[in-house]
Amino acid sequence: MKIVIINYGAGNIQSIMFAIERLGFTAVLSNNPEEIQSADKVIFPGVGEASSAMEKLIESGLDRLIPTLKQPVLGICLGMQLMCNSSEEGNTKGLGIFDVDVIKFTSKVKVPQMGWNQIYDLKSDLFKDVSENEFMYLVHSFYAPNCDEAIATTNYDVEYASALQKDNFYGTQFHPEKSGNVGEKILENFLKLNSKE
Amino acid sequence: MLAKRIIPCLDIKNGRTVKGVNFVDLRDAGDPVELAEIYSAEGADELVFLDISATEERRKTLVNMVRSVAEKINIPFTVGGGISSIEDVEVLLNNGADKVSINSSAVKNPQLINDLAQKFGSQCVVVAIDAKQIDGQWIVHLVGGKVPTELNLFDWAVEVAERGAGEILFTSMDNDGTKNGFANEALAKLSTLINIPIIASGGAGNMRHFVDSFKEGKADAALAASVFHFKEIEIKTLKEELRNNGVEVRI
Repeated sequence: MKIVIINYGAGNIQSIMFAIERLGFTAVLSNNPEEIQSADKVIFPGVGEASSAMEKLIESGLDRLIPTLKQPVLGICLGMQLMCNSSEEGNTKGLGIFDVDVIKFTSKVKVPQMGWNQIYDLKSDLFKDVSENEFMYLVHSFYAPNCDEAIATTNYDVEYASALQKDNFYGTQFHPEKSGNVGEKILENFLKLNSKE
Repeated sequence: MLAKRIIPCLDIKNGRTVKGVNFVDLRDAGDPVELAEIYSAEGADELVFLDISATEERRKTLVNMVRSVAEKINIPFTVGGGISSIEDVEVLLNNGADKVSINSSAVKNPQLINDLAQKFGSQCVVVAIDAKQIDGQWIVHLVGGKVPTELNLFDWAVEVAERGAGEILFTSMDNDGTKNGFANEALAKLSTLINIPIIASGGAGNMRHFVDSFKEGKADAALAASVFHFKEIEIKTLKEELRNNGVEVRI
């Protein structure tokens, strides 16, 4: 199986590489369109600021490529946020895959949300054999509000979408690669998704 | 609900874990990668590695250690000690660290906080503040608590948060090594002044101290070293105790 992690200069890619290796797979880093298109699974990471990450995607043309991918794609953290319509962070447009606008937590809670919070109302094969209310590791100041494409919900300030899915596109606000054994299970579920679906 | 975090801190010198009493006498408590794996398995929510040799020695050992830790463990970890530039941070993050902690370099060059937050995002910028009380005032100290600054803890914490830090690691030098509990009053005051997460550090001696740091100190996370390294407190037992006392934890 060929796993490609999209490399566009934003994110803690090494942790994802190591997590995939612990699961017995290997991944390659690439920003090459052909290589990304030919992968069985694509991981779209991201840490940092939304508008500058979006600029990097536009510079490399990846903003046009990613929405056309047909294999399972997993956006993690900022990767997931960039797959939405827009983000309030730097007032940037997103890739428009998920029909939701990313907004900031209010000051009623500490921002960023940092640490382990529960995911519930789990839908999709991504959470196969994962119990409700497991704790996942999250670090973020902006979030996708609950919407039709939500496949997991988390409560912080409000109930929001901590994972999204549309067709072959998946996104998790939490870091499966940093969320202990349950997180690794979710990553494994993604890697084992049928690439024909 | 967001869980309160328990964070073992591993002080690193020459690639080995050490923990000093009031930062002076150093004792060896094992191999950092092995300890990291044990803590991760026991239910630690996060780990902090503070390289106290960083200012004197080459950083290569630290980078190799970071890489080995990232390879083995699946929980987040922070690396601190002698970090003073964007380049320092980049190499640590690229090798698998999730966050970096800066301390003296932030005091000497506060703009570094802004620069790091802008380049890597606030979420990976932890500002560590060591402070102790002098004539009733909480004064920020440098070099492991040896050198006083002109800065007041609370003013500095507010500035740090405004400049874009994602989290504050507050160590009370008055409490550190005493095993008499965390500086809960100062912690609670910090929580009223800033809206980013606060890690309590310094003074953990028993499980009640952790309960108090969350309930009275309003801390988001509590950090300790020797009580964990010398198995005086088991993380699993501690988390059960916290839960029994109404503190939300990940078990």
